Amino acid sequence: MKPLLEMRSITKTFPGVKALNAVNLTVMEGEIHALVGENGAGKSTLMKVLSGVYPSGSYEGEIHYDGQLAAFSGIRESEAVGIIIIHQELALVPLLSIAENLFIGNERAHNGVVDWHETFQRTEALLKKVGLSEAPGTLVDRIGVGKQQLVEIAKALSKDVRLLILDEPTSALSEKDSQALLDLLTELKAQGVTSIIISHKLNEVRSIADRVTVIRDGSTISTLDARGEALTEDRIIRDMVGRDMAQRFPARESKPGDILMEVRDWNVWHPEHTERQVIRNACLNVRAGEVVGIAGLMGSGRTELAMSIFGRSYGRRISGEVMIEGAPADVSTVDRSIAAGLAYVTEDRKHLGLVLDDTIQRNITLANLPEVASFGVISEAREIRVAEGFRKAINIRTPGVFQKVGNLSGGNQQKVVLSKWLFADPKVLILDEPTRGIDVGAKYEIYGIINKLVADGKGVLMISSELPELLGMCDRIYVMNEGALVGELTAAEASQERIMSFIVRS
Amino acid sequence: MASEPAAHQDARQGRSAGQYLANHLRDYGMVLALIAIMAFFQVMTDGTLLRPVNITNLFLQNSYIIIMALGMLLVIVAGHIDLSVGSVVGFVGALAAVMMVNWDWSIYLTIPCCLMVGILIGAAQGYWIAYWRIPSFIVTLAGMLVFRGASLWLLAGQSVGPFPREFQALSTGFIPDLLPFVKTMLGVERMNGFAVVTGLVIAGLIVWMGLRSRARNQAYGMAAEPLSFFVLRNLLVSGAIVFVSYKLATFRGLPNVLITMGVLTIIYAFLTESTVLGRRIYALGGNEKAAKLSGIRTERLTFLTFVNMGMLAALAGLIFAARLNTATPKAGVSFELDVIAAVFIGGASMSGGVGKIVGAVVGAFIMGVMNNGMSIMGIGIDYQQVIKGLVLLAAVIFDVYNKNKQS
Repeated sequence: MKPLLEMRSITKTFPGVKALNAVNLTVMEGEIHALVGENGAGKSTLMKVLSGVYPSGSYEGEIHYDGQLAAFSGIRESEAVGIIIIHQELALVPLLSIAENLFIGNERAHNGVVDWHETFQRTEALLKKVGLSEAPGTLVDRIGVGKQQLVEIAKALSKDVRLLILDEPTSALSEKDSQALLDLLTELKAQGVTSIIISHKLNEVRSIADRVTVIRDGSTISTLDARGEALTEDRIIRDMVGRDMAQRFPARESKPGDILMEVRDWNVWHPEHTERQVIRNACLNVRAGEVVGIAGLMGSGRTELAMSIFGRSYGRRISGEVMIEGAPADVSTVDRSIAAGLAYVTEDRKHLGLVLDDTIQRNITLANLPEVASFGVISEAREIRVAEGFRKAINIRTPGVFQKVGNLSGGNQQKVVLSKWLFADPKVLILDEPTRGIDVGAKYEIYGIINKLVADGKGVLMISSELPELLGMCDRIYVMNEGALVGELTAAEASQERIMSFIVRS
Repeated sequence: MASEPAAHQDARQGRSAGQYLANHLRDYGMVLALIAIMAFFQVMTDGTLLRPVNITNLFLQNSYIIIMALGMLLVIVAGHIDLSVGSVVGFVGALAAVMMVNWDWSIYLTIPCCLMVGILIGAAQGYWIAYWRIPSFIVTLAGMLVFRGASLWLLAGQSVGPFPREFQALSTGFIPDLLPFVKTMLGVERMNGFAVVTGLVIAGLIVWMGLRSRARNQAYGMAAEPLSFFVLRNLLVSGAIVFVSYKLATFRGLPNVLITMGVLTIIYAFLTESTVLGRRIYALGGNEKAAKLSGIRTERLTFLTFVNMGMLAALAGLIFAARLNTATPKAGVSFELDVIAAVFIGGASMSGGVGKIVGAVVGAFIMGVMNNGMSIMGIGIDYQQVIKGLVLLAAVIFDVYNKNKQS
C-alpha cells in the first residue's frame, strides 16, 4: 500500500500562538485513519491546512498528495483533487431541499439553467449509496441530524471524493445513527475511499480505524496501528494527555474555607429545541479560597451550565437553586447575578466578552460603570486610574489604555476581560476556558491571577478542556458528560486517566 | 517599562502633521467638507449664503432636522433605525393644530401634551423592538404609515392654522437684545449686543474647555493632537461662532430655535460622551451580547432610545408647525431620510456602536447648506435630490475606505 497523503513538518502560527509545530501525518491509500487529541490540540487546524482553508503560504511544511507536492490556495482546489472535508457544524442550508444542497456550488445546469431532471436523478443515486430513502425534494431541516450527516457524505460523493475528512462526525448523533455512519465509512473504504476521522470516542476509533495518529499541543505524538488487539484505549489516552506537567503551573497552598456558592438541582432545557434537556440535576459547590474545575468535552454542557447560572443567559425552563454564602441568591438577570457576587468570564471573548471597537479602558469599566461615576456622570480621570491600575497589576502589554481591544493579542484581550470582572468585585468567578487560544507565557500569568484571587478568599469555578490545566490548578474537579455531572474528584484522586475514563466510558 | 510608552508617543508626535491628519481623517474630514461646501456656495451665490438673513434662515430651516438627528444618533448607535420620525412630525403638528385651533387649548397645555404623545409613540414602537425583538426597520416602517395616515385623519385632509403668536415664537421668535448698552458702547446703530456677547462667551468657553481637556489628555498620556492642529481647529470653530453670532446680531438677533437646538446639542453631547447611560448605549451597539453579559439591561436601553426619539420627533413637529404657521397633512414627509442621512454623513456606523453627536450635527448642516445653496442658485429639485444622494453615498464610501485602510 502506498501513502495517499503525506503532511511533512507542518507549522502554523496564529498571532501569538503556535497552533501546529512540525506536525507529520501520513495516510495510506484506502485506509481509515483516526486523528485524536484533546480539544485545542490542533486537529482541526491541521485539517484546515490540508483542505486549503489556510492557503498554501500561510503555513510552513509540505503536503504531498497522491505522490505530488500540493499547494492549495483554497478549498476549491483541494476539492478538485478529491479532498473533501465535512465539518463538525454541518454546512447545509436548512430551507433548501436535499437535492439542492447536494449540488450547491456545483449545480447541474446548462447555460445557467438548472437541469432539475438530472439533479433529482443523480441525487437519488447518491442517496441510495449512503443508504437514505428520503425523496430528493425533502427540505433538509425536515430530516434529523444523523441523516443530515449522511447527506453531507452524499455531497462529498457527488464530488468524486478520494480523501474524506470527517470532523467529529458522531458527536451529535445517537447510538444508532452513529453505527449507521460508521458502517457507511467501512463500505466506502471497500470502494476505495480513504478517510480521516477526527473523534473523541475511542471505542469508535478502535472499532473502525486502521491506524491512529495522536496529536497533543500542536505536535504529533505517535501513530499507532489499530488493527488487532494490541492497542488499548488506555494507551491512546496516555498519549493524548501526556505526562509532563512540571512547572507549568504556579504553586499555591490549598486552603478551602466556607462554601461560597452552591448550586442545587439545576435543570436547563435547550432554548430552541425545547424538548431537549441540556443540564440534568446538576449540584455543585465552590468554597472560598478554592479553585473548582469542570472537565468535559465540547458539547457536554459546561458552558450552558455556567451561562444558565449567570443571569439565565442560556436556556429555558431553568429550575434549581443558587445559594451564595448560604442564602438563596437572585440570579434571574445578569445585573442581579453581578449584584449577588457572581462573574462569568466567557469562553468566546470576541463575541461575548469584549466590545472590540472600544478601548481597553472602556471595556474594563463596562460591568461596573457606577463605580467610576457620580450621579451617572463618568469621571474619566477615575476611569483611567482604574484601567491603568489593572494594566499594571496584571500586566496587559500595551502602550496605554486607549488602545482598541480589537488590536490586542488573545492573551492581552483575555486579561482585559479578567480585569473587567475583577473590577466588578465578585465573590465567585466562573472562568470558561480562561486560557483558550493564548500562548504559554500568558497562560502562566493567568494562572497566577487565579491563584491570587483565591488567596484573597474568592471562589473560582473553572471550566477547561485542557486536563493538565485542571489538574494543575484545581482543588476539586467535577466531570461533566451529556449535561450531567458524572463524577467528582479531589486533587489527590484526580488524574488525567481517571477523568478521561469518566468521559469516554460514561 | 514605564518610559517606553512615553517614548513611543514622542516618536508619534514627532511625525509629520500629515501623518496625524491621515490617522484622523474621519474626525476632521466632515468639518473640512462643510467648510469647503460653504465656501463653494458662498462663491457660487455671490455671497448670499452668508448674509445675515440667510444664516438666520439656515438655522430655521434645519433646526428640526438637527433636533431629530440627536435622537436618531442614539437610535443608530444602539444598532437600530427609526423611519417613522417624519410621520410623527406631521402627526404631532396636526395634533397641536387641532388642540390650539379647534379646541382652543393654551400653548402651555398643548406643548407638554404633544411632547407626551411623542413619548408614547416612541414607547409603543420601542416596546416591540426592544422586548419582542421585531426589527426596528419593520416596526418603524409600520409607524411611518400609521402616523402619516393618522395625521391625515386628524386634519381631515385640510390645513389647519394659523396659530397664536406665542406658539409661532417657538420657531420664528428671536431673543430680544438684553444688553442694549453694547450697541451704544460700540456706536453701532443696528446690532443685537446680546447675540454678539453670547457668541464671544461661547467661543471663549470652547477654547477654555479645549485647553482643559488637552491638558488632561496629556497628563494621562492619550495620543495628543499636534499643537498646530489644536490651534487651527480652535481658531476655526471659535472664529466661526463669533462670525455667525455677529452676522445674526446685525439681523434680528439669536433665533429662539437656535437656543433650543444649541442647548439640546450640548445636553446630548454630554449624555453620549460623559454619562453611564451614554456609555452603555455605545456598548449595546458595539456588541449587544457582551453588553448584556456585562449586566447592562439592553432591552430597557433600546426601549429608552426610542422613547427619546419619539419625544424629539414631537418637539421637531411642534417647531416645524410653528414655522409654517399651519399644520398640513404633508408636513414632515421624507424628513426621516434627511435625518438618517445627516447621521450617516456625520460618521455613524450602520452596524451600531459608532457615531458622535457633533458628527450628526455637522452632517445635518452639510445637508442643510447644500439644500439652501442649491435653492439660492436655482438648481432644480430634481438635480438637488441626485446631488444629495451622491453626497450621502460618498460620505459612507469614504468611511468604509478609511476603515479598510486602517485594518
